[in-house]
Amino acid sequence: MVRFILRRLLYMTPILFGVSVVIFLILHLVPGDPARLVAGLDATQEDVKIIRSSLGLDRPLPVQYISWLGNVLRGDLGRSTRTRRPVTQELRLTFPATVELTLCATAIAVLIGVVAGTTAAVRRNSIFDYSSMVVALLGVCTPSFWLGLMLMLVFAVKFDLFPTTGRGGLENLVLPAVTLGAGAAAIIARVTRSSMLEVLGMDYIRTAHAKGLSERAVVLRHAVKNALIPVITVIGLEFGYLLAGAVVTETVFAYPGVGWLLVEAIGFRDYPVIQGALLLLALQFAVVNLVVDVLYAFADPRISYG
Amino acid sequence: MDKNQDSQSQGVAGQPAVDALTVVSGSARESRSLWSDARSRLLRNPVAMAGGAVAILLILVAVAAPYVAPYDPIHQDLANSLAGPSIKHLAGTDVHGRDIFSRIIHGTRISLRIGFLGMLLGCVVGVILGLVSGYYGGWADTIIMRLMDVQLAFPGLLVAICIIAIIGPGLENVILAVGIFSVPLFARVTRGQILSLKEQEFIVAARMMGAQDGRIMLSHLLPNAVAPLLVLCTLRIATAILTAASLSFLGLGAQPPIPEWGAMLSDGRAYLAIAPHVATTPGLAILITVLAFNLLGDGLRDALDPRLKA
Repeated sequence: MVRFILRRLLYMTPILFGVSVVIFLILHLVPGDPARLVAGLDATQEDVKIIRSSLGLDRPLPVQYISWLGNVLRGDLGRSTRTRRPVTQELRLTFPATVELTLCATAIAVLIGVVAGTTAAVRRNSIFDYSSMVVALLGVCTPSFWLGLMLMLVFAVKFDLFPTTGRGGLENLVLPAVTLGAGAAAIIARVTRSSMLEVLGMDYIRTAHAKGLSERAVVLRHAVKNALIPVITVIGLEFGYLLAGAVVTETVFAYPGVGWLLVEAIGFRDYPVIQGALLLLALQFAVVNLVVDVLYAFADPRISYG
Repeated sequence: MDKNQDSQSQGVAGQPAVDALTVVSGSARESRSLWSDARSRLLRNPVAMAGGAVAILLILVAVAAPYVAPYDPIHQDLANSLAGPSIKHLAGTDVHGRDIFSRIIHGTRISLRIGFLGMLLGCVVGVILGLVSGYYGGWADTIIMRLMDVQLAFPGLLVAICIIAIIGPGLENVILAVGIFSVPLFARVTRGQILSLKEQEFIVAARMMGAQDGRIMLSHLLPNAVAPLLVLCTLRIATAILTAASLSFLGLGAQPPIPEWGAMLSDGRAYLAIAPHVATTPGLAILITVLAFNLLGDGLRDALDPRLKA
């Protein structure tokens, strides 16, 4: 098992290397002088000069990359050109909010998706099956920012049940989490349903029925366990997409997370923050994928991790 | 499709090269019947046909937008700001008094253009990379696929956002971003197809007859990989439209006064409490468009690959 995790980590290294190169290059691919971009639009000629030499922007690119990577690994991502605060501090302020939102959205998506998918499969071709699959299809096609605004319109503006924007207690989290989780819930429901249908058609399920187990015991104790194995992968993948989706949801609800920070930073051409936020989100995605692969190997004994 | 070719290859296994010719022409004949089979299966799928009909309708609306729209989409009428839906303005007006219905109609043109061009860009680049990667293997394969992995290491929308951060906001840049966003998927699907096809006997035969690499890739491998790519193209139009709308909503795409659906929705956000129709209608337009192309794509997949159908 340890060897499996180590191998996966090894496989991750070149990809993370590539990601870091791309993020490093952002500053150099943007038209214009990188030193001026880092210094900010209102910087004087002197400031630009100081920044150019302090960042070593006059040295060859590979040298710059290595010193940049060294700084990143030490936790130094530079300073925001807008607030002048260290980027790591900006991220530390916003990251917990994004994790909170993403976890809540995932929980909602898994709960709704697995229950709806399982029920739809058990009652195949029933009204519940058809209607839940239609809702799931709509869920996949609905733009999340529109869903967010509609939820806001109904539950915050019309009925005043939840606050429209901001971050605070649980009541601030409900609408954004539902908005963010809806699409994932739809996908999880579809995968759960088809996986359950496949499992329910297997011989061992017929055996379980034949030996007189109740429908409930067959479904919950025998079928769901095996049907959920492919669902785990989807949940992991969806968690990653939720991180990206959080960018949109956070903007809709003016929820101060990393995604909101990223969009703001792009608006102000605040490149150190853009780089930091992208790096953090990509890293988190990689870690989540690793965890999912390990969990998958745990859940499915047929996968060898030798 | 693979199944057909398998059974054919078995039929001629161990026989001299003359039969290889039969295999090549035989596979062409089979692929004709694959398409007519698929067509009849698609025609018998009412959900997919409905999706296709809406998609065609949307394309017609996009083409004829200036003739169909009752008003100029950017003409302001400040006296008539934020008016609710009425006979005169079917979907009401926005804060500048512009007719929302006309803006939605013109927005069809913008969204479909982004959807098609973005998909096309991703498809062309992705298919070329996938062909080279799958056919040559070796270091070309390693480099191309690792590059694709790097892009896939950014979850979902983030690639597009990253590209916009570099090249700046704007409608044309959104097409580029959405296109690049689609490249890895096309590359992977093409590569997978090529890997399973290239060891088959009709390819070996073509190579023995002295066909050049380029010819083998373009006239023998690619036509046999078209079916899954066609499905992917249709589904990717939907994704491209949704992604572009998200970017515009974030203020990274279409800039005012362009009547782009995502941007219109973003404008409507401020007036949610007093004029909810401003934000509601563009969202419905996005939903209907994405749904139509997704239904058509799902139907195509079921029609072209009956093995996948439950």
